[in-house]
Amino acid sequence: MNPVHEMIDSEVKGNDVLLFMKGTPAFPQCGFSGQVVQILDYLGVPYKGVNVLENMEIREGVKAYSSWPTIPQLYVKGEFIGGCDIVREMFQAGELQEMLTEKGIETSKQSA
Amino acid sequence: MARVQDEIKKRLQDRFQPSELSVEDESHLHQGHSGWREGGETHFRVTIRSGAFNGKSRIDQHRMVNAALDDLMGNPVHALAIKAQPEA
Repeated sequence: MNPVHEMIDSEVKGNDVLLFMKGTPAFPQCGFSGQVVQILDYLGVPYKGVNVLENMEIREGVKAYSSWPTIPQLYVKGEFIGGCDIVREMFQAGELQEMLTEKGIETSKQSA
Repeated sequence: MARVQDEIKKRLQDRFQPSELSVEDESHLHQGHSGWREGGETHFRVTIRSGAFNGKSRIDQHRMVNAALDDLMGNPVHALAIKAQPEA
């Protein structure tokens, strides 16, 4: 593994819910990243946001890491969940909440 | 001219023989945003329904669409919103 890959891997494995995004949870700098932030905040999920705009190597490296060409990317318990569209579709179908609960992640909203 | 849009449509049509396909250029919605450039054709929204997606996870469905457009991603396509659905 190269150092960037290792750095990404340790973030992914060291945080139950991790979002690679453009900007920060407080100030998303991209509408797609912002949508995922809104959903996670709405569900009251604790998560860490990694701003890929601050690190070009991570920005490119994370695309190779997950074989996924775009940012944002959401990981839960080390598993790649998807980008903005998938997260939104899962949220709207109630599947995101279910998946988080199944994986033992606390949310402040219970799934309906 | 909608060179990129037409290319996306053609590739998805050929690869997946979809029963539903729309490719919208949403670049105007991202004016001034990073990745946007004069002339548009940077941000697209794809809605596609195909039997090729049956039995595939959401991630795999998106990966299949992305793979069909691989060399367009990054440049000229900055962002691609995907709604992929299997055949009922």
